[in-house]
Amino acid sequence: MYHEPILELGEEPLVKPGSTLHDITEDVCRVAESKMPRAWYVAFSIALVFVAIFAVSVATLFWRGIGAWGNTGPTFWAWDITNFVWWVGIGHAGTLISAVLFIFRQRWRTAINRFAEAMTLFAVLGAMTFAGIHVGRPWVIYYLFPLPDQMSLWPSFKSPLLWDVFAVGTYFTVSLLFWFTGLVPDLATMRDRATTPWRRRVFGFFAMGWRGSNRSWRNYERAYLILAGISTPLVISVHSVVAMDFATSIIPGWHTTIFPPYFVVGAVFSGFAMVMTVLLVARKIFKLERVILPRHLDLMNKVILLTSCLIGFAYATEFFIAWYSGNPYELYVFKNRAVGPYSWAYWTMVVCNVIVPQIFWKKSMRTNVPVMWVVSILINVGMWFERFVIIVTSLHRDFLPSSWGMFHPSIVDIGTFTGSIGVFFAGFLLFMRYLPVVAMSEVKGTMAQADPHYVAHHAEPEDGVSRESAAAALAMEAES
Amino acid sequence: MTSQSASARMTSRASARALNRRAARVEKTQLLLAEFENTSDVLHAAEVMRRAGYQKWDVHSPFPIHGMDAAMGLKDSRLGWTVLLFALTGLTGAFVMMYWMGGVDYPFVAGGKPPGALPPMAPIIFELTILFSAFGTVLGMLHLNRMPRHNHPVFSSERFKGASDHRFFVSVDSRDKNFDAGRTRALLESNHASFIELIEVTS
Repeated sequence: MYHEPILELGEEPLVKPGSTLHDITEDVCRVAESKMPRAWYVAFSIALVFVAIFAVSVATLFWRGIGAWGNTGPTFWAWDITNFVWWVGIGHAGTLISAVLFIFRQRWRTAINRFAEAMTLFAVLGAMTFAGIHVGRPWVIYYLFPLPDQMSLWPSFKSPLLWDVFAVGTYFTVSLLFWFTGLVPDLATMRDRATTPWRRRVFGFFAMGWRGSNRSWRNYERAYLILAGISTPLVISVHSVVAMDFATSIIPGWHTTIFPPYFVVGAVFSGFAMVMTVLLVARKIFKLERVILPRHLDLMNKVILLTSCLIGFAYATEFFIAWYSGNPYELYVFKNRAVGPYSWAYWTMVVCNVIVPQIFWKKSMRTNVPVMWVVSILINVGMWFERFVIIVTSLHRDFLPSSWGMFHPSIVDIGTFTGSIGVFFAGFLLFMRYLPVVAMSEVKGTMAQADPHYVAHHAEPEDGVSRESAAAALAMEAES
Repeated sequence: MTSQSASARMTSRASARALNRRAARVEKTQLLLAEFENTSDVLHAAEVMRRAGYQKWDVHSPFPIHGMDAAMGLKDSRLGWTVLLFALTGLTGAFVMMYWMGGVDYPFVAGGKPPGALPPMAPIIFELTILFSAFGTVLGMLHLNRMPRHNHPVFSSERFKGASDHRFFVSVDSRDKNFDAGRTRALLESNHASFIELIEVTS
């Protein structure tokens, strides 16, 4: 029915050739409309077990206090903040894919942006949980907010920890708004396909009466552009502020100006890895191969390779500056990281983050699904260790050798961390169960059929017909 | 009850006029819905509609069509101004809050920085500007699109469900001054509409 799409040199289609617009609707909606495969139930049950572990761990923590974790002098920050930074970092890929790649007109993002945005939400939720439960007295958590209290004291706006409250809170809210805005046209599709009154009502409520009207698309597209435009500096600011939690202190190993950009790159790196981990499984289970092509995975692996090299460069720079600064404490921290009691954590981090991703220089590796899945998991592990190394190795031996110590995680530490992964996956599996996992309206917009210049073949010669109809229209106008 | 007593208070002429108006409105609110099979046809039809001088009409598509705003003769979205207003509110609000709390109400020296020092306020001013802008964007978009609106005549068409899947529609409101059920239909038909229906609006 259609002409073959005319592509630029070297350009490849973003959707499997031969797919129709309706195929996209079917492929994506089918996931949320049909009964879930057995694998979903197995995964969800496992996730629920970890949700329970999380609940018990947090209850224990609230009952017994922060001492239930292994945190003790001198490591008063340990897994709690490691997990916080790890989760908030993972969240960054979502905004990067939705906003930054949107602004750069990287249209391949449409296949994966919904995934990444949902992942951002659950990851930032995890980060906020750790920020919330690590405070020791969670019942006075309202001290964080500028609310009048009985001490007539306001929060200190000069503290980076308070900046963090605003940064992460804003980030979550804006991500939610962005995700929801992107969902509206797809919710309308789900509403129009609904077979039960309940589905129609619920999707209809959230679709807010979307009619695909071009008068609405005009404002909608502008809203999307503005949200992308404001999310781009936001995503950079959030992890920069997280980095300043450390960089504004005087602890050797933390007090460095490289932290904000280094953290942002690490965040993108870990976020892409987490998207990959989840995406590959979902693509396989829900048969989304038509929408998520090897080309998309190839491009994502290129981003992973780039950020891995940047991370490696940051590690090297840190070492160089530690030596070049001439500060003995700073140099000691870095020597201690490489050959001290936590060297196993340091070298795990280097191997997972810098060495392993180098296999992506080979195209055959960038398009090999099992390989990239394993690599993505190793990166997740490596990035967790990066935060662990930054936090624990800097704190456990600082200026005074008499105050040195070691950190030992407790069972509650392990429970809260693994439990938070369960909470993340439970939320994500529910998202896949009920909502369109790929941004249908955006994917359709990248297809050849969306291009009005891409004229359809009818039985008649197309040119003559359109001229005739134009003439008829003009005659009609003259008549009226 | 209320409407009865209200009409009793009206003069007979005024009430007759109001009834006529209502009757006219009921009669006139129809919606002509023309279905198209591809983007080039609907884009072309939109150009024809604009040139024919229609005002109360719309195009419906499962994704935004490149060039459709120009084809329909729509002006640029005004959303940016709303967002600017929200952004400035967030910016000044954040500054005023922090200056008053940390510099006026409870002056406080921390980290050697004087009360009401500006540089440490930068991150929160930035975050709140973004937060307010985001709300401004979403609420402004909903307002400009008159959303949420769950009840609309197009939803009574079974075929219109294709508008969120793979079909394209032109809808024309019968209140448009150029509307004529026969002529408008012929115009759309001659421009490759694959299916045309007239929706009667009863409310």
